[in-house]
Parts: sequence; structure tokens; C-alpha cells
Amino acid sequence: MTLTPLRPQTTTDHLSLLESHAVYILREVAAECERPVLLFSGGKDSAVLLHLAVKAFAPGRLPFPVMHVDTGQNFPEVLAFRDQTVANLGARLVIASVQEAIDRGRVADPGPHGARNRLQTVALLDAIVEHGFDAAFGGARRDEDKARAKERILSFRDAFGQWDPRQQRPELWQLYQGRVNAGEHLRAFPLSDWTELDIWQYIERENVALPPIYFAHEREVIRRDAMWLAVNEFIQPRSGEHVERRLVRYRTVGDATCTGAVESDAVSVEAIVREVATANVSERGATRADDRFSETAMEDRKREGYF
Amino acid sequence: MELTTDILRLATIGSVDDGKSTLIGRLLVDTRQLFDDQLDAVVNASERRGVGDLDLSFVTDGLRAEREQGITIDVAYRYASTPQRKFIIADCPGHVQYTRNMATGASTADLALVVVDVAHGLKEQTRRHLCIAALLGVRGLVVAVNKMDAVHWSSAAFQGVVDEVETVAGELGFDAITCVPTSALLGDNVVDASDHTPWYTGPTVLEALESSDAGAWTNATNGPRLPIQWVLRQPGGGRTYAGMVNGDTLHEGDAVTLLPAGIETTITALNTLHNGADVRAGAGLSIDVALADETDAGRGDMLACAPLPRVTREIAATVCWFGERPLVTGSRLRLKHTTRVTPARIVALDGVVDVATLSVETADELRTNDIGLVQLQTADPLVVDDYRDNRVTGSFVLIDEVTNATVAAGMVGRAAFL
Ligand SMILES: Nc1nc2c(ncn2[C@@H]2O[C@H](COP(=O)(O)OP(=O)(O)O)[C@@H](O)[C@H]2O)c(=O)[nH]1
Ligand SMILES: [Mg+2]
Repeated sequence: MTLTPLRPQTTTDHLSLLESHAVYILREVAAECERPVLLFSGGKDSAVLLHLAVKAFAPGRLPFPVMHVDTGQNFPEVLAFRDQTVANLGARLVIASVQEAIDRGRVADPGPHGARNRLQTVALLDAIVEHGFDAAFGGARRDEDKARAKERILSFRDAFGQWDPRQQRPELWQLYQGRVNAGEHLRAFPLSDWTELDIWQYIERENVALPPIYFAHEREVIRRDAMWLAVNEFIQPRSGEHVERRLVRYRTVGDATCTGAVESDAVSVEAIVREVATANVSERGATRADDRFSETAMEDRKREGYF
Repeated sequence: MELTTDILRLATIGSVDDGKSTLIGRLLVDTRQLFDDQLDAVVNASERRGVGDLDLSFVTDGLRAEREQGITIDVAYRYASTPQRKFIIADCPGHVQYTRNMATGASTADLALVVVDVAHGLKEQTRRHLCIAALLGVRGLVVAVNKMDAVHWSSAAFQGVVDEVETVAGELGFDAITCVPTSALLGDNVVDASDHTPWYTGPTVLEALESSDAGAWTNATNGPRLPIQWVLRQPGGGRTYAGMVNGDTLHEGDAVTLLPAGIETTITALNTLHNGADVRAGAGLSIDVALADETDAGRGDMLACAPLPRVTREIAATVCWFGERPLVTGSRLRLKHTTRVTPARIVALDGVVDVATLSVETADELRTNDIGLVQLQTADPLVVDDYRDNRVTGSFVLIDEVTNATVAAGMVGRAAFL
């Protein structure tokens, strides 16, 4: 079924309100929690989140480190962008490494071509304990997934890092309260009320830098699970699949083994805004194999402590 | 008003099974807000669970338990936009044990979308929700008198519910009420006008939402306030004070009072996130300001223009109690108000609200989901307005000292209808 979406007209005002709300959340959590950390993957949402965090505390320095949960299966362009961004800011980068978790025997090695997305939870929770973080800012948005649509802006995690969707704290007005006992922590989602289009309009307005893979480029890809997957050290054609060169871009950036590209000729932010405004498929639906395992894939991962 | 916005925040309210989630699903599907894959997923889930071709409630009921049990447990937020405006939709649960989640969804709403099953009329739970929405300062109602298909589109049945709703809404002091006869299931009068209701000439639900006056958050009758969140050190030694404006618009050059200290000073510079140095900022904008005088202002303090808020350690308030254990005189809690957290004690319990009659009865405890009137004492002074004048400086939450759970929503003062 294909319907022509009635998506937003371009307005500017709502961006200022979303921006102000996100900055308010960043400042509240930074003030109330002892050791917050900002999760930064190098993707567009976390780039916007980091941009907002910098604005919230300028001209001061970021009052918390940034953390990358590194699956060890990255797009090299994204890692380069991560390092450049962090260096420009003079921020402290903590790397929670899935490879290390595998090497230490914390999790089983899924093999050279196995998806490591789920293993990120272990690396993330281990790092939270090791560094004593009591709050982690994430760039998740409620419009991404039906389980995320249910989550509070300040989302409580128990001593095992679990999210219990049946027992969420009431969250009234903008009175975000971040108290936790030792061992528990919070996830804070300042971009909760942003849509994919809001993100792109904001990137356009603020000139937020992004890794180049978000823009249309030629790449060797194969067709698998109704997605275009880049051929790289993690993804090799199986029998029956053939490699093609196509003009593609990424709508989301995750683990290189399970993130698909979309066909696109959008080479500028402006063109992407136009493309997103008329898209018929959601960003996760178009590009994430990890959400397709089951009806409640995201909820199940979140319950275990995923982002 | 300086800062107009085309975002309308709305929350669905009403009793369980009256059709709230189905109505939101219908609204989103018929305005083509769902992506193809999201719609396919709803169709697949409906088939898999044997609930027909397309169970529209699955658009928002996204948790496993919700789909298994066919109920809404917690608020789902959905985003929609039409050429008229953007919508942030909170689809709230109807069950009494999830009232805390309904209050969460309604606390930030400009407007309530009430859903009433035409065959059952206003149930106690619908009255409770209307009462909470009124307490929370929601001024406008769009009422979907739903399941009209089940009463053969009877205009008399519709009118019966309208009369009931208007009586209750009048008592609760809502400003604007639009009642629409709907079938969320079949789509009548939700986005498209129905052929089954020739006797109805009013707007569809969508038209009512598009044309309603948003205003609840910005409807301030008092001066600008800036609760200080964070102190920013400027190069060269100065400081600016960061926070989000509420109440009226704050201007560069305004004479302000730093509270609770009571120090009078002037805003010498005002920075917005978007423009940097600016001359004014309206409610909902995060800004930072410089002051003419050296002060020791910090987080928890407030800058305000006349008419000034009160500085007090004693508050009479209306609370919605969500705690598992009852609230009694003498209970010790933590209280968060604007950017200040302080220990608090309940010094008197003035009564509990009977949501059916809106009368206040004497009580010696508040049980889970009760609405009550209390007197509180706080360790530190608070800078408050009455909730009816300002939803930010008039609101607080109570926090359990041991579990850190949020156990109550509090509103300074007493609603006019109590
Ligand atoms: N006949 C009829 N049934 C409806 C209508 N709207 C909803 N329902 C049914 O009422 C039940 C409860 O709906 P739901 O949306 O989950 O109610 P909620 O608890 O208020 O969110 C479901 O079985 C719906 O299919 C309607 O307009 N007509
Ligand atoms: Mg429901």
C-alpha cells in the first residue's frame, strides 16, 4: 500500500522550541546527576545531540564525557568523523568496546560476520558500571519505533540496567527528576519529541557536520533482506547475490553488518530534507535488519538495557 | 503573544475500551502519517493475533503486553502534521491503576481529546480523567462521542452524551468544548465527514483539532519568570544565568528580582540559542542572561518581574497521589519545584476529592490515585505562583525519599471548582 504522506510544511519556529526543550533537559540532568555521559555514535541523531550539548554549556566546556559503544564493525568514515568531532571539542572520549567484551569472555563471539548490535548492551552496561555513570544521554527519538514511543524522557534503569515498561516513573510537566540509588542509572533522551524531519531541518539550520555516508555516493552494494548492504570486510556476497555499483546514502548509521543503505541522489542537506519529507518508508524499516527479527525486537533489546 | 507556535500537544483521555487508541490509529492512518512499513507491521500484528485485518489500536499500543491484553498500559507519543499545524499526540491509558501515566500524558497537553462510548455515557473513570485534566490546566476539549455505529447513528444517543459532557465540563470550568459523533472503527467524522450523520453539521475530529486554540502553556497572567538551571562562566570573569523562560516574555533591560533573596537588579544582556544576543525571549525558550549587579545567584533561584511570585515555606496544594502506600499527615518526602529540590512534610490533609460529585470529603489518608488537598511545609523557601496563573512555577512533584519514585503531582492552590 502506498499513500502520499501529508508531512509537515517547513516551519522554523518549532525548531527553536524543540531545541530549547532539549537544552533544558541536558542542563537539568547535568545539574542533578553526579556522573552523566553522552552516548555518541557519530550518527546524525547523536551529532545533533552533541551539538545541543555544546550549545547548552557554551562558552564553558562540556561538563561530561562522551562515550562510543564500539561494535568493532564500523564504517571507517564514521569513526574518522567521531575522532575529528571529539578532538575539535576537546571532549573526553570513553570507548566501550564490544571486541574487548568478547576478548574478556563477557559475551560469546558471534563470529566474523555475526551481528554485534545486541552485544552492545553488555559493553554499554559494563562501561556504565566501570565508570560509575548515573545518567547516559542518548539520541533516541520516539518516532523511531513503537517501544520508544512509550519511553519517558528520563528513563529509569534498575541495577541490572533493565527497562521495565510497566513500571515507568510518572513524568509530569517538565519536572525531570533524576534521583537514583547506587548502581541504578538513567537514560535521558533530549530528542524524544523530534521527528526525523525535525532532525534534518535542524541540521540544515545549524550547519551540523555529519559523516559523508549520509549523502548520496556511489558504492558497491548487494541486495539482501530488501536492503542495500555495502560490500566491506564484514559483508561479502553469498552465492546468488551479485555486487552492483549504486548511488546510495545511509538514513541511519549503526553496526556495519546490519545497517542498509537507500538509493538516493540527495547530495545536500537541503535535498535530504526534501527526500525525508516525502519518504514512504520509516528510517528503521528501510535500513535496520536488527529490528526485523520480531514484532517486539526493540522492546526486547531495551528491556535488557539497550540504548 | 510573542512566540506563536503551530505545535498542538494533545492527550487522549477517557475510560478503558471507549476507543482512544483506535481513534488515534484512525486519525494517523486517514491523514497518511504512517509509513508503509509501519502500517504493514500493524496489519501483520493484527493478523497474527487474530483480531481482524487491521486493529488500529496497535498503531499506538506497541508493547508486547499491550497487544497481548488488548489494553493501553502507558502513554504512547505520536507525531503528526497537516498543512495546518504539527501535533504531538499522547495516547493515554484508561485503566484506573494507570492514572499516573494518564497524568503524565495530560500534564503537558494543551488540549484533551476525550473519547466516550456513546452506549455507556460518562463513566466514573472518564469523570476522573476530566477532573485531572481540569486540575492540570487543560482548557479545551474535543469530545469524540464514539461507537456511533453501534447505536445506529442515533442523534438522540449522541445528544444524551453531549448534555452529560457539557454539564460536567461546565462544572470543571473548561473553556471550549466541541463534541463530534464518531466511529473510530469505521472512520466516520474522524478525518472524513460521515454520510451516516446527516443531522450533524459540525467539524470532524481533525478539523476540531486543527482549529482549536492551543494556548494552554502560554496562557500566563503573571510576569516573566526565569528559574535558574545553570550558571555559565563567561570569558573575562562574568557570569550568565541559564534557564527556560515561563510566564510572559522577558526583555533585555527588564527590572527583575532575584528570589528568594529579594535582590533587585536588571537584565543587561539576553542570549537565545538561535540568535545569540537578543532583545527578548518568550515562554518555552532556553536562554541565558547577564545581570547588572553582582549576586550569588545559582541553581534553584529565580529571576522574576512584577507581579512577583510568593516566597514561602508553606504551601496549600492540590495533589494527585500515585504512591503505593497512603499519604498521611506527617509524611516526609522530597519535593521538586522548578529547579529546586527540598525536603517537605505534609502538615495537614484537608480532604479528598470525590470525582463523581466534585465535593471535598474529609479523609485521614490519600490512597493511590486519590486527588486531595494538602498543606505542605518545605525545608527551603520556594518561589511559587498559583498553578492557575502559571503551570511552571505553580507545579511540583513529590519524590519518595527511599525509592526515589515520583509519587505525586502537586499544584499550588486550589482549583476554582473544588
Ligand atoms: N463498534 C465500534 N467499536 C469500536 C470503535 N472504536 C473502538 N472500538 C473497539 O473498542 C475496543 C477498545 O478500543 P481501544 O481503542 O483499545 O480503546 P481504549 O482503551 O480507549 O484505547 C476495541 O475492540 C475497538 O475495536 C467504534 O467506533 N465502533
Ligand atoms: Mg488505549
